[in-house]
Amino acid sequence: MMTTLTKNPAARSDQRPARSGRIRRGGIRRYGDLKIALFFIAPAMIGFVLFYVVPTIRGIYLSFTEYNILGDPEWVGLDNYAAIAKDPLFWNSLAVTGQYVLMNIVLQTALALGLALLMDRVAKSTLVRGALLLPYLMSNVIAALLWFWMLDYQIGIVNQFIEWAGLPRVAFFGSEEWAIPTQALINTWRHMGYTALLIFAGLQSIPQHLYEVAKLDGASPFQTFRKITMPLLRPVLVLVLVVTVIGSFQVFDTVAVTTQGGPVNATRVIQYYIYQRAFTESDFGYGSAIAVILFLILALVAFIQMKFLKGNESDLD
Amino acid sequence: MKKSLGTVAVAAAMALSLSACGGSGSSAESAKGEISYWLWDANQLPAYQQCADDFTKANPDIKVKITQRGWDDYWSTLTNGFVGGTAPDVFTNHLGRYGELAENKQLLPIDDAVKKDNVDLAAYNEGLADLWVGQDGKRYGLPKDWDTIGLFYNKAMLAKAGISEDQMKNLTWNPQDGGTYEKVIAHLTVDKSGKRGDEAGFDKNNVAVYGLGLNGGGDSSGQTEWSYFTNTTGWSHTDKNPWGTHYNYDDPKFQASIDWFAGLVKKGYMPKLESTVGAAMADTFAAGKSAINAHGSWMIGQYTGYKGIEVGIAPTPTGPEGKRASMFNGLADSIWAGTKKKDAAIKWVEYLASAPCQDVVASKAVVFPALKASSDKAAAAFKAKGVDVTAFTEQVKNKTTFLYPITDNTAKVKGIMEPAMDAVVSGKQPASSLTEANNQVNALFK
Repeated sequence: MMTTLTKNPAARSDQRPARSGRIRRGGIRRYGDLKIALFFIAPAMIGFVLFYVVPTIRGIYLSFTEYNILGDPEWVGLDNYAAIAKDPLFWNSLAVTGQYVLMNIVLQTALALGLALLMDRVAKSTLVRGALLLPYLMSNVIAALLWFWMLDYQIGIVNQFIEWAGLPRVAFFGSEEWAIPTQALINTWRHMGYTALLIFAGLQSIPQHLYEVAKLDGASPFQTFRKITMPLLRPVLVLVLVVTVIGSFQVFDTVAVTTQGGPVNATRVIQYYIYQRAFTESDFGYGSAIAVILFLILALVAFIQMKFLKGNESDLD
Repeated sequence: MKKSLGTVAVAAAMALSLSACGGSGSSAESAKGEISYWLWDANQLPAYQQCADDFTKANPDIKVKITQRGWDDYWSTLTNGFVGGTAPDVFTNHLGRYGELAENKQLLPIDDAVKKDNVDLAAYNEGLADLWVGQDGKRYGLPKDWDTIGLFYNKAMLAKAGISEDQMKNLTWNPQDGGTYEKVIAHLTVDKSGKRGDEAGFDKNNVAVYGLGLNGGGDSSGQTEWSYFTNTTGWSHTDKNPWGTHYNYDDPKFQASIDWFAGLVKKGYMPKLESTVGAAMADTFAAGKSAINAHGSWMIGQYTGYKGIEVGIAPTPTGPEGKRASMFNGLADSIWAGTKKKDAAIKWVEYLASAPCQDVVASKAVVFPALKASSDKAAAAFKAKGVDVTAFTEQVKNKTTFLYPITDNTAKVKGIMEPAMDAVVSGKQPASSLTEANNQVNALFK
């Protein structure tokens, strides 16, 4: 690879002295690199343009239209956005999603950090480490349905245990108070192994000698964790947070296969509301407009996280 | 030579594009090949598979490929098919959906074919054929079956409570005290220490058997949940049906009825709404957790199929105006406007709506076919299985049915009414809160 890259431009300049005489070698090399680079980028680029850029632009366009998918989109300017601002269900969906994200992320990150530390220090067997990842290997829908039945009010095994323990049955999915925490817990259960794996990788990149030095200096395990592990783990943690927060905001499948927005509006999260407006009620313009707003919110959240947690700097440098 | 070649090419291209455009036009060719047909009820698949086999025997040029898809993703897959051009040629259609599909020009009007082939619309149960004439006056389907609502009850529980089957057949109801219907429900409710709902010391927070099962809040139609009593008061969902443009959820008569319904939960006679998320109402009935379930005739097979439970079926109670009421819903087969095999599709739809196929459906005793003669055969087939279905058929005979509310914007109306009704039935809001929801609903029609 390297040899072709360095040889080719020279060969070319030999062949066409008249034209390349005044062009500096660097310029030619850049041009040559571009061709090869494009070749290698193309597969990813085509997918990115076809499945991300085009749909995004089309979605933004549709958000300014009234469109029921079977007819033609009709330009309505900012009407959808004006209606959304006055739509109590939209604000409700933001609040519900916010609750979900908060519960899901706080729990998931704390548990994953704990698991990662255990994986790093205690559970060194590949089997145990692999087992932690098992829930993540399950499809979201299966995981949700599994818990949906286990937590069922009438026939769920969990409620059976609760009753044996002498406590009243809990409508995990049916009551407005429990529905969102239940879904947040299910997804925490499913994702914490994977998140732990990411953090574990971060832990392993911390140079071992720092711990040895800390030990020599007589630092307690807690001090080591606070003064060495946490600061050096920060870039990885920020990345994990950005990724999981974005994923968490987009919760949909769990809701779609269990409560479908109910009871009343307790689990009508933003993605489910978009789906309901667009696909159930054939209001694709309105749905697209909410999707654009979600896009902006996520971009802002990611920006704030990167900026204030300094995710792209490492204290190792 | 050169020139003529060019002309041929142009002519060929034109012919190609013309034939592409005229794909849905009728030609002798199109009454051939394979047509696709979708339905959602797995229980009915064997009956329709047999219809398809018989149809192909009579028309060897046409094959029918049947696909069954669950109700939950039937409509979104269908919509995707309309847009992507992969929708089935013929599909089972629902009253709550077809208005929107017709308006968006996704359905093929079949008036000409019905006229030409002399389909006798009077042979169907009254009103069923008219349901499928859209707002534009065109016909978009031929009726295939119908359903009404009845009360499924656990015979052993009734016997233990000393309630006779005669009493069950003559229940009365009113929104003030619930009539004998509420008395029976209360008496059938038993708490964990064995006290009945109408006895002193009944513990409504520890109920073992509920007198009446609950399916859900009932969203916009309340088909099996509440319409069978709300509509005995003279109330109806819309100003006219089909194609009403004003909903009446703000009517005090309706709200009083719904308050009574929500009151059953507060009294401990009906399960809390929150406990209905998950296990199906029919299954909790089978598990002995409710004594009576109001449900549709399409559930007969399921209720009578549970082992170890003797099930009786009673008609819905008589209301303040001296009559019973049951929603009358019917399905039909419609043709997708984009079909490339129009003639074959029409033939298949007419066959589905004809006696040979509807008699096959009747013989399987799963649903009531739309043809009057076939309906009677279905009732006989149910009887042969030991199931008395008079509770469902007498509503039609005595003309105590009312039609499923057909309007525009049904999906949006449901979107508004579902959470609103849930809030009332779960006791979070009084029924008067439905006035606000009703305003939102009616704003859709402005």
